[in-house]
Amino acid sequence: MAMGLSESDTMSSALSGSRRDLSRTLTAIENGASFNFTAADPWTLGVTGPPGVGKSSLIGSLISKWVDKGERVAVLAVDPSSPNSGGALLADRMRMQAADSADSVFVRSLATRNHPGGLASRISPMIDCLHACGWSRIVIETVGSGQSEIRIVAFTDRVLLVDGPDRGDVVQAEKAGILELADIIAINKSDLPNSEQAADSVRTAIGLANGPDTSVHLVSAHDGSGVDDLLEEIESCSVSSGRNRLRARERLLSAWDSRLLDHPGLNEVLDSLETGSITLDEAVESLR
Amino acid sequence: MRIVIAKPGLDGHDRGAKVVARALRDGGHEVVYTGLRKTPGEIVRIVMDEDASALGLSTLSGAHDALVPAVCEGLREEGLSEVIVFAGGIIPFDDRDSLHDQGVRAIFGPGARTSEILEFLEAASGRIESGEPVGVGENSGWRWG
Repeated sequence: MAMGLSESDTMSSALSGSRRDLSRTLTAIENGASFNFTAADPWTLGVTGPPGVGKSSLIGSLISKWVDKGERVAVLAVDPSSPNSGGALLADRMRMQAADSADSVFVRSLATRNHPGGLASRISPMIDCLHACGWSRIVIETVGSGQSEIRIVAFTDRVLLVDGPDRGDVVQAEKAGILELADIIAINKSDLPNSEQAADSVRTAIGLANGPDTSVHLVSAHDGSGVDDLLEEIESCSVSSGRNRLRARERLLSAWDSRLLDHPGLNEVLDSLETGSITLDEAVESLR
Repeated sequence: MRIVIAKPGLDGHDRGAKVVARALRDGGHEVVYTGLRKTPGEIVRIVMDEDASALGLSTLSGAHDALVPAVCEGLREEGLSEVIVFAGGIIPFDDRDSLHDQGVRAIFGPGARTSEILEFLEAASGRIESGEPVGVGENSGWRWG
């Protein structure tokens, strides 16, 4: 934060187009500041999936297409913090081509800071901020490997699940609970063998879980094949009411988590639980 | 601290940058790694978008005299004067004074320990807390070591 500039001055400057002050405002929001952005309806896409399937590379391909169409694309790329040191290595943006050079692309890396639900509660105001500053396509990327990460994409209006070939059983994705939240599924790396089989097994799995309204696309961020079709599907995707309810549920759970973790009596209750002086039910009662 | 570790120019070797990025993460920092072959303009853009407090430039190609000042100048032009800039890689001793004059606060060569980089960042944070200048565009003769 620059000397002498208040958070609201910085926000005004962000709204009038200062990229640096947009960045600083996002930091302030991440650290807990709240601002009032005029109510609006941001366009959001959540992208999740297992590590290494090419989420960032695929987002890079989508960014280029959007920029060609004149959209302004902002990406919030979420990676976990190390539970030991509290630090984080954030390297999603290096896989996104064109992330660093176009004026119409803004990429911010975010660490989860070991506060499940904590970052999720900051995502909505960050999206509102980006929208108010004129970003027309807002993408949230997160590794679909834990419940708290998956909850982050529940804050978006449409969810793209990315998977790849040779990843073993699709049951892994089902177990994680991502499959139900996804509106669109992309099997990336279609230039590699076995991708068609991976797509088939996902189609079978969602036939049982989601019904016929979730589409499965074979794409390659590497050679660009299938990306145009995927983009068209993302643009025309309508949210089904069933998944809206699921997402609302995830958002509620993450707000509940934050409230619990921020409770002033939490440490005391944990001490009592540790020594066995109270039961879990009593603990929940005392934290209400 | 949020720190960007960047590879400016056409140098294609980033083992050192990755070791440093990991060490800083293990030291509790949030580290954004840019990947290879970034222009000075792209690096300034990344520092801005990520709202980083510090920038580490790794260069092994011999082009540090052209690239590092270009990044420092870009940061100042974009109003990012408070960013702490440090460098590492193959930078001959004879070239270091001119980089320090550009606002680079520390230069780590072969054999430097990652713990020393963490100590430098701690010292730089300490200076910020006590209101002493340390950023790339803040007038200060201070340098590490």
